[in-house]
Amino acid sequence: MLSLIVFWPALVAAVLLCVPARVPPKVFVGAWIAASLVDLVLIGVVWVGLPAGGGYGFEERVVWIPTAGISYHVGVDGLSLPLLALTGVLFTACAVFAWRETRRVKAYVTLFLALQAVSLGLFVALDLILFFVFFDLSIVFMYFVIAGWGHGAAARGAALRFFLYTFLGSLALLLGFILLFLAAVPHTFDIPELVAANPLAGGGLYSGLTLLAIGVGLAVKTPSVPFHTWLPPAHTEAPATGSAVLAGVLLKMGTYGFVRIAMPLLPATWRDYAMVVVIVGVVSVVYGALVALAQTDLKRMIAYTSINHMGYVLLGVGAAGLVAGSDEQARQLATTGAVTQMVSHGLITGALFLLAGVLHDRGGTYDMGAYSGLAARVPRFAGLFVIAAFASLGLPGFSGFIAEFQIFTGALGAAPVPTAVAVTGIVVTAGLFLLAVQRLLLGPLRVPDAPGTPRPFPDVRVSEALAVVPLLVLVVVLGVVPRVLLDVIEPASRTLVDLVSR
Amino acid sequence: MLWLLVGVPLLGGAGLVVAALVTRRTDRWATASGLVVAAVTLAMGIAAAVLRPATGAPLLAGIGFGLGVDGLSAVMLVTVAVAVLAVLVFAAGEAELRTARFVGLVLVFAGAMLVTVTATGLLPLLMAWEVMGATSWALIAYHFRDPAAVGAAHTAFLTTRTADLGLYLAAGAALAGGVGSLALADLPAARGAWLHLLVAGVVVAALGKSAQLPFSFWLSGAMRGPSPVSALLHSATMVAAGAYVLLRLAPLLGTSGWAGPLVAWVGAATALVLGLVAVAQTDLKQLLAASTCAQIGYMVLAAGVGGTAAGTVALVAHAATKGLLFLAAGAWLAALGTRQLDGLRGAARRFPVVGVTFTVGALSLAGVPPLSLWIGKDAVLAAALDASPALYGVGLVAAAVAGLYSGVALWYVWQAVPDDAPVAGRVSAPMRPPLIGLAVLAAVLGLLPQLGGGLALDPAPAASELVVSGVVAVAAVALAWRLGERMPRPAPLRGWVGLERAAHATVVAPVLALASALARFDDRVLARGADDTALATVRLARTLDRRVEFSVDGAVRAVAAGARVLGRWARRPQTGQLHQYYAQTSVGFALLAALALLVIVVR
Repeated sequence: MLSLIVFWPALVAAVLLCVPARVPPKVFVGAWIAASLVDLVLIGVVWVGLPAGGGYGFEERVVWIPTAGISYHVGVDGLSLPLLALTGVLFTACAVFAWRETRRVKAYVTLFLALQAVSLGLFVALDLILFFVFFDLSIVFMYFVIAGWGHGAAARGAALRFFLYTFLGSLALLLGFILLFLAAVPHTFDIPELVAANPLAGGGLYSGLTLLAIGVGLAVKTPSVPFHTWLPPAHTEAPATGSAVLAGVLLKMGTYGFVRIAMPLLPATWRDYAMVVVIVGVVSVVYGALVALAQTDLKRMIAYTSINHMGYVLLGVGAAGLVAGSDEQARQLATTGAVTQMVSHGLITGALFLLAGVLHDRGGTYDMGAYSGLAARVPRFAGLFVIAAFASLGLPGFSGFIAEFQIFTGALGAAPVPTAVAVTGIVVTAGLFLLAVQRLLLGPLRVPDAPGTPRPFPDVRVSEALAVVPLLVLVVVLGVVPRVLLDVIEPASRTLVDLVSR
Repeated sequence: MLWLLVGVPLLGGAGLVVAALVTRRTDRWATASGLVVAAVTLAMGIAAAVLRPATGAPLLAGIGFGLGVDGLSAVMLVTVAVAVLAVLVFAAGEAELRTARFVGLVLVFAGAMLVTVTATGLLPLLMAWEVMGATSWALIAYHFRDPAAVGAAHTAFLTTRTADLGLYLAAGAALAGGVGSLALADLPAARGAWLHLLVAGVVVAALGKSAQLPFSFWLSGAMRGPSPVSALLHSATMVAAGAYVLLRLAPLLGTSGWAGPLVAWVGAATALVLGLVAVAQTDLKQLLAASTCAQIGYMVLAAGVGGTAAGTVALVAHAATKGLLFLAAGAWLAALGTRQLDGLRGAARRFPVVGVTFTVGALSLAGVPPLSLWIGKDAVLAAALDASPALYGVGLVAAAVAGLYSGVALWYVWQAVPDDAPVAGRVSAPMRPPLIGLAVLAAVLGLLPQLGGGLALDPAPAASELVVSGVVAVAAVALAWRLGERMPRPAPLRGWVGLERAAHATVVAPVLALASALARFDDRVLARGADDTALATVRLARTLDRRVEFSVDGAVRAVAAGARVLGRWARRPQTGQLHQYYAQTSVGFALLAALALLVIVVR
C-alpha cells in the first residue's frame, strides 16, 4: 500500500515521459492532478486504517543490500502519517495551481511527480539508508525545479547554493547514520531495530559526535540559524509551486528527522543536549522573526518567517528532552505541538507562497513597495492573503495557534527563560504580517505598470483559488477541531516521549 | 445550548465575512440577517442566563475547551448580547456600514466575547481573547484606505497582543504549577513560584486589554474606527473583557498576595490620570475614550479589592452608558460631520432625541444620582474603603474628575446653535431606538443589586457615602458648566500623557532598529560567510589545479619521458647485423667473467 502511494507518482511520471511534448500542456497538468488525487485517496485509506494503539502500520520490508544491513523498509505511524498527508495535499494544490503553466510543461510535471514520489517516500522510510536516498533525491529534483523554472539568471545561482549547502548537510547526516550503524550489534540501518537495540544508551563522546553529525545535517535542511542562508535566495528565485513545496515539504524533512531518528535513536544524548536544541530553536524563532520584519521583498519575508516557525518545532522537541524539569503531560504537549506545527506550517506557508506567486504573476515583482491598496482592486486576493497572514501569526481558530500554544505551554515548565523569549516571536510576526498587509493591500491603490500601458491586474483565478482555498480550509479545520489531527499524533508522541526518557 | 449560543454569532459572522469575499451581492441582506442573528443570540443569552448550562469538549492532551455559565457570566452574556443588538440596529442607519463585511465582523467579535465570558479554562479564554483582538483590528481598520485608521488598528492589535503574551505564559505556568487542566477554578492551586508567574501573566494581559496604564494609548487611536465599533469596543466587549477577567479571577489575585493591591492601585491611578486626560480633550470621541479607561479603572480597582459584585454592577452600568454615548456621538458625526467639541455646539438643541439621551448618558457617566453609574461607582468605592482609605480617596477624586469631563461635554452640546453652523444632515430612523433603549438602561441599571443573586453588594455603600459621591458629582458637573470652554487643557494631558510616544521610543523603535541590524548581519556576515566558504573552496581547487596538480602531472610526465629515452637507448643495439651481435656478446661475456672474478676475489 505504502509502496503504491510512493511509486504511483513515479509511475505516472514514467508514462508521461513517453508522451510526446507536442501534446497540449493541460494534458500533462491534468494527469498530474489526477495522479495526486489518486494518491490522496490512498493516503486517506491509510489514515483510516492506522492502528489505533500506536506503533507502525502498513509495514513492508524487502531485502535490499543484506550484507550492509540495508533493507527496503517502509511503514507509517502518528508522526509520519500527518506529514505524508501534508505532502499529498500540498502537491495536489501545486498541481492545481500549475494549471496555467506554459513553460516546458512536460519536463515540469514529470519533475514534480518525481519530487512528489521521493518526498512521500522519505516520510514512510524506516531504514536510514532509504531515508538518506530519498533525502538526497529531493535535493536533486528541487535543484532542477529552481534552476529550470525560477525567475531568470539569479535562479541558477540560488539553485546551486541550495544544492551545495543542503547536499553538504546530507553528507553530515550520512556520517551520523554510519556511526549509528557501526555502534549497533549486529550492524543495521533499520530504524525500528536501532530503536529497540538503543546502541548508544550510555551517551558519551561517540554518541555526542553522532548526534552532532545528524543534528547538523538536519539543521541545515530545517533550516535553523546559522545554517539558513540558503533558504531566502532559494525561495525568492523559485517558482511559486517550487517555493510552496520547498517550504511545505522539504523543510519538514529536517524537523521530521529529529522526531524519527535523532530523538528515539539517541535518547540519552538527546537528553544531555536538549538545552542546546532549545536554545538553537529560540535563536531561530527570534532571529527569524526580526530579520523577516526588516524585509521589503514578500518572498524573502515569508522565507524568514519559516525559519521562525521551524524554531518553534526545535523548541518543542528540545523541551521534550528536558526530562528533569517537566512532567509527562508537558513533554507530550511539546512533542505533539512540534508535529502539529510541521503540518500547520506546511499548509499556511504553502498558501502564502502560492499567493505570492499570484502577486508575481500580476505585478512581476515581489517588492512590497511596488504595490499598495490592492484590497480595492483585488478583494479576493486580499481576503485570502489576510486569512493566511493571520493564520501564520498564530491566531486562534487557525492551526498555527494549536501548534504554538502546545509548544509554549509544554516547554515553559522545563525551560522558562528560553520559552518566555520565544513567546515574543508571536508579537514580532504579528507586526511583520500587519506591515505586509498594510503595504500590499491597504491605503491608496498602486500597482507596478508595464512599460507604456497600465498592467491588467485581475483577481484570483479559479485554478488559483482551487489551489489556495482548500489549504486555508484545512488550516481552519485543524484550528477549530484539532482532535482530527491530534488523535493521530498523540499516541505516537506519547511513545516518542517514553523512548526519549528511557 | 451553549455551543449554539457562541456558535450562531461566530459561524454566522464568519459566513458573512466569507460571503463578502465571494460576492458583493450579499451586502443587500447582510444587515437583516445580522439583526436576526443578534436577536437570536440575545434570546439564547437570556435563556442561558436563566438555565446556567455548562458544556465542554476535549481539545488538547488533558486540556479541554470548557464553557459554562455562572452568575457573573450570566450578567455578561445578556449585556454583550444587548450591546451587539443595539449597535447593529444603529449601524443599519449608516449606509457605509450596511455591508456583509461589517456585520460579519461585528458578529464574530461578539461571538468571541461570548466565549470569553463563558470560558471555564485558560485555553478557551485565550483563544476567544485573541480572536477578539484580531477582529477589533479588522473593525478599526474598516475604512482601509485611510492610513490613520490602519495605523491605529495596528497599534491596537499589537499592543493588546503584546499584553496577551501574559496569558500564554500564564497557561504554561499553570501547567508547570500542576494545574494540568488549566481550569480557571483550579488556578489558585498552582504551586510555588509558578503561581506568581501565572498571576503576573493574567494581570498584564487583562490590563492591556482594558487599556489601563501603561497600555491606555491604543484606545485613543481606536477612535478612528466607525462609531458603532467604538460603542461596541467600549461598552460590553474588548476593554470590558480585561475587567471581566480580573473580576472572574479575583480569588486568584488574592492568593498571590501582591496582585490584589497592585491591580487596585493601577485601576485607581488609571481612573484619575485618564480622567484628567479626558477633561483635556477637544474631540468628543477622544474624551469618551479616555473616560472609558478611567471608568474601567473602577472595575479593575474593584477586582483588586475583591469586590466582584461591585465591579460587575459598574461594568454593566458603564456598558449601557458608554454604548449610548458613543452611538450619540456617532449620530452627530453622521449628521454634522464632526466630532470636535467646538463643532458640536448646539448639537443637542438641533437633534433633541440624541441630545436628551446623550444627556442621560453623560449624567450617568458623571455619577449624578439616581442614574446607574452613581450606584456602580459607589459600590466600587465602598469595596475600596473596606480595603484602604487611600484607595477610596483617590477614587473619590477620580469621581469628581468624571463630573468634570461629563460636564464639559454637556456644556458644548447644549450651547446655542452658532449662526455660522453648517447645514446639518439628518439622524436616520434606525439610530433612534437604540439610543432610547440604552438611555433607559443607563438610567435604571443601578437597581441591579436589588435583584440579588450574585450581584448583591458586599459591602453595600453606606447612605453617607452615596450622598457624598452624589454631591461631588453634581458639584463637579456644575463647575464644568461654569468653566465651559475655559476648562484648562494642559498639553501633556491632551496628548494622553505621551504614552504612545513612550511606547514607540522604548519598544517599537528599538525592535525595528534591531531587526534591520540583524537583517544586515544576515546578508553581510552569515550569507556572505557561507558564500565565502564556497568561493574559498573553488579557489583552493584552482590552486591545487595550478600548483599541485601541475607538479604531480609533471612528475608523471617526467617518468614517461625518461622511459621513452631509455627505450630509445635500448633500441640502439638492435642493429640486425650478426657480427655486431657477436661483438656485443663477447663484450658481455668479458664483463660477466670480470664480475665472476671480482666475486671470487672478494669472497
